[in-house]
Amino acid sequence: MPRHERDIAVVAFAQSDHRRRTDDLSELEMLLPVLDEVRERTGLRARDIGFTCSGSSDYLAGRPFSFTMTLDGVGAWPPISESHVETDGAWALYEAWVKLRTGQADTALVYAYGKSSPGSLRDVLTRQLDPYYLAPLWPDSVALAALQARALIDAGDTDEEALAAIAARSRADAAANPHAQLAGAVPHGGHQVRPLRTGDCPPVGDGAAAVVLAAGDTARRLCGRPAWITGIDHRIEAHSLGVRDLTDSPSTRLAAQRAGLFTAPVDTAELHAPFTSQEVVLRKALRLGRSTAVNPSGGALAANPVMAAGLIRIGEAAARIHRGASDRAVAHATSGPCLQQNLVAVLEGDRA
Amino acid sequence: MTAAPPPEALRAPLVVEFPFTRSLGPVQSAFLTGLRERVVLGARTSGGTVLVPPAEYDPATAEELRDLVEVAPAGTVTTWAWNDRPRPRQPLATPFAWVLVRLDGADTALLHALDAPGPDAVRTGMRVRIRWAAERTGAITDIACFEPVGPEGPEAPPLHPPAAAPHDGRFPDPVTRIVTEARLDYTHTPGRAQGAHLAALRGRRTVGERCPSCRKVYVPPRGACPTCGVATTDRVVVGPAGTVTTFCIVNIKARNLDIEVPYVYAHIALDGADLPLHGRIGGIPYDQVRMGLRVEPVWTADGRHPDHYRPTGEPDAAYDSYKELV
Ligand SMILES: [Zn+2]
Repeated sequence: MPRHERDIAVVAFAQSDHRRRTDDLSELEMLLPVLDEVRERTGLRARDIGFTCSGSSDYLAGRPFSFTMTLDGVGAWPPISESHVETDGAWALYEAWVKLRTGQADTALVYAYGKSSPGSLRDVLTRQLDPYYLAPLWPDSVALAALQARALIDAGDTDEEALAAIAARSRADAAANPHAQLAGAVPHGGHQVRPLRTGDCPPVGDGAAAVVLAAGDTARRLCGRPAWITGIDHRIEAHSLGVRDLTDSPSTRLAAQRAGLFTAPVDTAELHAPFTSQEVVLRKALRLGRSTAVNPSGGALAANPVMAAGLIRIGEAAARIHRGASDRAVAHATSGPCLQQNLVAVLEGDRA
Repeated sequence: MTAAPPPEALRAPLVVEFPFTRSLGPVQSAFLTGLRERVVLGARTSGGTVLVPPAEYDPATAEELRDLVEVAPAGTVTTWAWNDRPRPRQPLATPFAWVLVRLDGADTALLHALDAPGPDAVRTGMRVRIRWAAERTGAITDIACFEPVGPEGPEAPPLHPPAAAPHDGRFPDPVTRIVTEARLDYTHTPGRAQGAHLAALRGRRTVGERCPSCRKVYVPPRGACPTCGVATTDRVVVGPAGTVTTFCIVNIKARNLDIEVPYVYAHIALDGADLPLHGRIGGIPYDQVRMGLRVEPVWTADGRHPDHYRPTGEPDAAYDSYKELV
């Protein structure tokens, strides 16, 4: 396969054990072991990293400029080349990819973290909504996902039984994921916001993740089988929920097309679908068939550390390529209500 | 100097509360003022689509929208979700349905609450109408909620206007700004390093942490060395005395602060620490504070942290002894 002269690959991935609460740790302390793990895996020290980019949210922490606290963990003195996105770390990875692509660095550290335990996540997430027409009504994240789920059921795209099967498959797969917060047989539970039941919703928890990117020969030196990012793109839906067809995700489809997903089949899909109903939308948008393993890690239904869960999807897809379990994978990340913003990355390993 | 077992995690309530004042453009101003007057306005795109609630731009073409139309206060549910346990500050305190409603004359849907007796009384496609709030200020909450129209609900009003009718968007005394109130409640936990620091302060001791790589002692510790990017774990008691490395004279009285101005705020390098912390200097006239002054902490009455630092009476430290910490 012909490649651009600045091929970029994921060469290392690490994540924390995701937990309901981490009262004993600061965000930095939660993140440090993850940073140590990717640095150890690549042999890169803090000073060797060309560019660092992170994703997190002040609203989760309840403090302004909260991301500055974790900069101690990457050795930010003397000054380093660093940036931050106030969203999921998948978008930090996109920024790092651009930096490497344009030749401004050969390696990048991308990390993301979120502690949902200090606040009430459903209420906190209402503050990301339109402040004129939505935020004053405090519609929480589960309610908005439930509106989308009802639209899918009305359209005949799914039903409550099919949604329960998605939940059961995800948590069964998560039994093989030592980092998962929710794994194995999990009761589907009562309605949270009808039609969504507890089992259709992601666990609320704290967690962190880190990825190392490298360009060309540096990637080959740092990793036995680099996960080459052959395409990556992100798109956004119209601002107002009532303008959108909630049963579809044209932004995901367009991002996938731009990332080159549809040129060849993928064996693995790591989808950031915090709610079972969102997997239905994403499968349709990404045209995934039965030959693709969807969320073998358990996905966001097994662990959804907000601001890190999207980056983890890229990391999980890359890790499968690293260990030879996948040759061509798609990773998806989302942010905002009802799949508002979507990022799609296609990753490939060298064939023997 | 060894890593102590972690004390029980400290915790404290943390309330973040902020009123965001936002200005409205001509479209949002007309829409929200209209709600105050029980008139629902939408914005018509050049393609003829009517957006309710209205935006200032066409979501498909990004073209600016200024063409306002009036739509009916009744419409059709396009999707819904039953909310058994309303959360604080949501529109209704009793169980209700979240709904997206396409008002008659509109092509897009508005999110709000529907007051209905239970989930069996709600379905996609049902007819609903606006229940206006008694007190209206020019906000989305001027719509108290929607209510069913039909056999179960009050008799449907005649649909006026039947379709989108042109409207100039002008009202007396238009609303031009809104305040979006927000309050979020957190329970803050400081984590291992800062937790240990705070616990030690209660015993009137100041502890820092040493970097295993460069051996620097950080206080207050945050758990990592910002130079080496590695975890700091070894706790080190520093001070109690220290040296003023630099300072400033504060002449503006802060709100809720019971300290006479002018006073001195200083960087203080506690003995054994490789990073200065900051604190107020007392027990000496403000204009006699100087770099190199030796100081010690004076604890608050409840002994939870140093209230300020006062001179120890020792000779000043030589500049070379603290120049790396200025
Ligand atoms: Zn160090």
